[in-house]
Amino acid sequence: MVSDFKRLSRRGMLAAAIGAGLTAAAGDGATAAVPKVTTKARIVIAGAGAAGLTCASRLAKRLEGADITLIDARKPHFYQPGFTLIAAGLESKGYAVSATRDHVPAGVKLIEDSVAEFSPETNSLRTVAGQSLAYDFLIVATGLQLDYAAIQGMDIGLIGREGIGSVYGGPDAAEATWREMARFAERGGVGLFHRPDTEMKCAGAPLKYAFLTDDRLRENGARGKAELIYAAHNNALFSVPIVSEKVRMLFQDRDVKMVHDHVMTAIDPGKKVATFRTPAGPKEIRYDFVNVIPPMRAPAAVRASALAWQSGPFAADGWMEVDMKTLRHRRFANVFGVGDVAGVPKGKTAASVKWQAPVAVDHLLASIAGTASPAIYNGYTSCPLITKIGRAMLVEFDYQNNLTPSFPGVIAPLEELWVSWVMKKIALKPTYYAMLRGDA
Amino acid sequence: MKDLDPAVFVAVFREMFGVMYLPMVALFVLGAGALIVAIVKDGGINGRRLIRAEIAGLAGGFAGIALLLWLTRSSLADALGGPIDWLLLIAVWTGGAIVATCVAYIALGLLGVPDPARERSSA
Repeated sequence: MVSDFKRLSRRGMLAAAIGAGLTAAAGDGATAAVPKVTTKARIVIAGAGAAGLTCASRLAKRLEGADITLIDARKPHFYQPGFTLIAAGLESKGYAVSATRDHVPAGVKLIEDSVAEFSPETNSLRTVAGQSLAYDFLIVATGLQLDYAAIQGMDIGLIGREGIGSVYGGPDAAEATWREMARFAERGGVGLFHRPDTEMKCAGAPLKYAFLTDDRLRENGARGKAELIYAAHNNALFSVPIVSEKVRMLFQDRDVKMVHDHVMTAIDPGKKVATFRTPAGPKEIRYDFVNVIPPMRAPAAVRASALAWQSGPFAADGWMEVDMKTLRHRRFANVFGVGDVAGVPKGKTAASVKWQAPVAVDHLLASIAGTASPAIYNGYTSCPLITKIGRAMLVEFDYQNNLTPSFPGVIAPLEELWVSWVMKKIALKPTYYAMLRGDA
Repeated sequence: MKDLDPAVFVAVFREMFGVMYLPMVALFVLGAGALIVAIVKDGGINGRRLIRAEIAGLAGGFAGIALLLWLTRSSLADALGGPIDWLLLIAVWTGGAIVATCVAYIALGLLGVPDPARERSSA
């Protein structure tokens, strides 16, 4: 509670310092009236995470008389971009937690349950509690599943013990990870970082965490006692080649050793050894601290349904078969997939949701109105790639691996800048919550 | 970012302030109003008071930088990453200086500094 007050106080003071004039001058344009479409359409949104809530807010603003229902069993809402900061000891776990119900827009129903079965052939779904819902339009925004069990010997209960951390596991896991990382940053040893060979959310996070661990070691004067190893799943460090090369240069500068084509298959907490699948056969790496990142897949209900890709690179893990530009399902025209669950080449970040949600909603509204929407999602993703506490690279890119800086010529995407860190630290969370409300 | 809509900035600031949003806007308007009243009451800007207020403004600029460093858990060394960082530092210093100068000018006016009677006799 005390730390919450501190944060509010900090945020309030910052806003007072930089925002009052602009806000007062600009007026309340965010809530400007938008013409509403009258409809009795039944719209079901599966998942009340970043994507589901953003779509719900945007639909509620644009529709009159629609029956909009959100389905999500999880009561707390997690601001996932905050997990890295929690796991680096820069925020407490409360920083990332709010109540899902508090973000549900007026006029939208929330069913606190999970989808057990999608039946797009009959425009219906069934929840775990057995409730059946029929819909005219469906938005699937269920997020993804962290498959810890796919790493032999790994269990979520191990996070925070025996040198095992896992930033992705939720606010509790992130905080437990910080405890282990802090211990490692005092004592030194071998720090091991990696990523899975599946599609994953925020592919910059494993890199950021390696940089943050390096920085914590240096703060403690213990860098000389530590060896940091980054085990990449293929021959690159990041999917965008120009960013990958920059990270390689930075890892070299920070003395982070890199190995390639390493996919973690097993972990032995007793011996503190991780086993990797490599082209040369299994390889073991001993660690004192490891940030375990599990394979990520579509949730079981999506994987088992006709919504999943039936062939191609996204089929194995059951990602949703949507058009990469419109997010509309390729076989079920009244179904959209937004956020992590979408089977598209890029876009498993909150920044992607900020662009994806308006596009999917616009196409859905056009379907209701009997028109066509020109809205296109170009694969935009953003990653404030933290390279130390106080510096970050604001990396933004699209499907084509083009860099797409929001501030071209002003904020260089491949430079370690304080301004990018300032944005990550103080502006992104309010932007995220504004997005949930459909205002950003 | 898809587009830079001013309305987005307003929405973000609303989230940043939370329940303090409207009181902060009110405080800003009140401060601006008080400054205008002070200037009108004095029949123009009081040069001596402005100089004293500007001394406070100098400190206010540095206080603004210190505040942002504290808020973002950064050091001054972090804030020297590239030209845009320098510009941000200058902008923050300028903002802090302007706010502190205005606040000091209003406060000095309320305290009657410099003394209007002495000012008249010395004139």
